[in-house]
Amino acid sequence: MSRLSFILRALSTALIELIVPVLAVLTGFVVFALLLFSLDRSPVEFASLIWKAGFGSAFAWENTLLRAAPLILLALCVALPARLGLVVIGGEGAMVIGGLTVAIVAPYLAPTLGVTGIVILSVVGALAGGLWIGAVGLLKSKRGVNETIASLLMTYVAIAVLNHLVTGPLRDPASLNKPSTLPVDTAFTLPGMNALNVHAGLWIGVVACLFFWWLIARTSLGFGARIVGANRQAAQWQGLPVSSLIIGFSFAGGACAGLAGAIEIMAVHKSANASLASGLGYSAILVAFLARHDPRAVLLVAVLMGGLEASSGLIQRRMDLPDATILVLQGVIFVVLLSSETLRGRPILGQSLTSFRHIVPGLHNKAATGAST
Amino acid sequence: MTGVELGWWGVPLAMLAGALRVSVPFIWVSLGECLTERAGRINLGLEGTLVLGAMSAYAIAVETGSPWLGVLAALLIGAVWGALHSSLCSLARVNDIAVGIALMLLGIGVAWFVGKPYIQPQAPDLPALSLGFWSDIAQLQAALTISWLLVLGVFTAIALHIFFRYTTLGLIVRTVGDSHDAARAMGYSPLRVRFWSTVCGSAMAGVGGASLSLFYPGSWNEGISSGQGLIAVALVIFARWQPLNCLWASLLFGGAGALGPALQSVGISEGYYLFYAAPYVITLMLLIMTSSPQGKLRGAPLELSITRH
Repeated sequence: MSRLSFILRALSTALIELIVPVLAVLTGFVVFALLLFSLDRSPVEFASLIWKAGFGSAFAWENTLLRAAPLILLALCVALPARLGLVVIGGEGAMVIGGLTVAIVAPYLAPTLGVTGIVILSVVGALAGGLWIGAVGLLKSKRGVNETIASLLMTYVAIAVLNHLVTGPLRDPASLNKPSTLPVDTAFTLPGMNALNVHAGLWIGVVACLFFWWLIARTSLGFGARIVGANRQAAQWQGLPVSSLIIGFSFAGGACAGLAGAIEIMAVHKSANASLASGLGYSAILVAFLARHDPRAVLLVAVLMGGLEASSGLIQRRMDLPDATILVLQGVIFVVLLSSETLRGRPILGQSLTSFRHIVPGLHNKAATGAST
Repeated sequence: MTGVELGWWGVPLAMLAGALRVSVPFIWVSLGECLTERAGRINLGLEGTLVLGAMSAYAIAVETGSPWLGVLAALLIGAVWGALHSSLCSLARVNDIAVGIALMLLGIGVAWFVGKPYIQPQAPDLPALSLGFWSDIAQLQAALTISWLLVLGVFTAIALHIFFRYTTLGLIVRTVGDSHDAARAMGYSPLRVRFWSTVCGSAMAGVGGASLSLFYPGSWNEGISSGQGLIAVALVIFARWQPLNCLWASLLFGGAGALGPALQSVGISEGYYLFYAAPYVITLMLLIMTSSPQGKLRGAPLELSITRH
C-alpha cells in the first residue's frame, strides 16, 4: 500500500519535473508569437521555418547537429558546477581558450601522428579549458570569489587574448581579411560520422553526457557533489572534501567547454580566429537550465536548441528580421523558465501569486509573508 | 597654441580624460547596483540594462532630436527592466542571480533586435560642459570637456550617501538589506522595499547606458558595451557598498580603461588588445583581494545572496 503511494508520488514528481520546463518553453513561444504578431510577422511562418531549417531534411539535421555538438559540451560546463550549487556562465571563455591552445599546439605535431594527434589535441584543449574554469572553482572555494562574475570576466579576458594573438604574434600572414592563426593540418581534421555528414564531436558530446550522468547519479563521488549542492554546510560537517569537489567539478565542466573549442577548431574553423567566440557558450546556459542540469536531458535540449540556432539564418532572410531574433526568443524562454520555478515543490499556485501584493500599496497583508526571498 | 607637443605627458592626460569619460557608465551602474544590493538583492542583469538603455537613449534621440529625451527614455526602460527583475525575484523560489543572467541575455537580445535600424543614423550628442577654459592647451581643454551626466552622477553619489546615512528611508533600505526578519518585525515589507530599490537602481543603470551612446563613445552599435555593467557590479563589492567609494572606484577604473588608447596615442600599439583585457583582469584581482575565504565581506548587506554560502 505505502509502496504504491510511493511509486505514484515518484511518478507525479517526475511528471511535474518534465511538464514545467515543457510548459515554460511553450509559454515562451506564445509570448514570442505575440511579439511577432505586433511586428506584422506570421508566427506560423516562423515555426515552419524553424522546422524546415532545423529538422525538415537530412541537410537541416546536419546543420542542427553541427551546432548541437558544441552546445552539448558547453552546457555541461554550466550543468556540472551547477550540481554543487555554482552558477558558472563562462563556458564561452573556456571554449575560446581550449580552441586557441589547440591552434597553438597543432603546428608542433607531426601530421603523420594522425588520429593520435587528434587525441593529443583534444586532451590539450580539454586541459586548457579545465584549468580555466578550474581556476574559477579554486577562487570560489579558497577565496569565496563569486563564480558567476569571475567566470564572465574571464570570458572577456579570453576573447581579448584571442584577439591579441590572432592579430599579432600568431597571425598567419596569408590570412588577410580575417586575421587567423596558421591552419591546423588536415591530418588532424576530425573524421565524420557514417550516416550524416556531421563530425565525430557529436559522439564525444554524447559519451561525455552519459559518463557525467553516471558519475553524478551512480557513484559516491557524484553523491558527494549532490550533497554539497543541497547543503554545503552539512557536507562540510560530514567531512566531505567540499573544496576538492568544487574545484574538480569546475575543472570537469571547463574541460568539456575546452573540448568543444578543440573540436570546433579541428572540425569546423580549422584555424583560430574571431569566429571562435561564437556566442554558443551563452545559448548553452539556457540549454543547461532547461535540462535542469541533468546531463541526459542536456542531450535532448541541445539538439532542439541546435535546430533553433540552425534556422536563424533562414529566418533572417525570409522574414526580414534582425539576427538577434533568436537571442530574443532564447531570452524570453529563459525568463519564463526561471519564473516557472515558483510552481515547483510543495506550495500550490495560489501562494506564490500573493507575493505580488506587496508591490501595490495598500494591498499588502499577512498573506504575502509566505513568499521567501 | 593648439600645436603643443605633449609627448609622454599625453599619457596621464589621456588617462585623466578617460577617467572623466569612460567612468560615467561605471558610476551610474555601480550606484544603481549599490542601492539594489543595500536592500539585500543582487541584480546581475545590469549589463543588459546598460545596453538596453544605450539603445533606447540613442533611438529616442534620433527620433525626437532631443538627447535629454533619450536620457529620460533610458531611465524609464531601465526602471521597467528593474521592475521585471524584481517582480520575478519576488516569486517564491526564484533565484535572483539566475534571473539576472536571463535578463542580461534578454536585454542584450532586445536591444540588438530593436536597435538594428539605428546603427546608421546619427543622434545628437548630449551637450558637454567645458572646464578647460583657463588653459590654452587644446588637449587639456579636450580632456576637461565633461558630460553633464558625470556632474549628475557625482551629485547622485553624494545624494545616495546622504540617503543611506541620514534619512529614515535610507535606514529602512539598509535594515531590509541586513535582516529580512528585523524589517518585518518593524512592520516594513522587505519585498516592497527591494522592489523599489531594484527599480531605481536599474533606472540608474539605464542612464549609464545613455551616457555610452550619447556622449562617450557617442554611437550605438552592437559592441557598445563589453562587460562594463558587469565590472560595475563587481566594483560595488570593492567599494564595500558605499556610494562615495563607488564614485572613486569608477573614476579609477575609467582611467585604467583609457590606458590602452592612451599608450596607442603616443605610438605604442604593441599588445593593443591586451590592454583591452586590463579592466577585466584588474576587476578580477580586486574581487580576489576583497573577497574572503569565510565568505563574509566587511560592510556587506547581510541578506545578500552573493555573500551567503
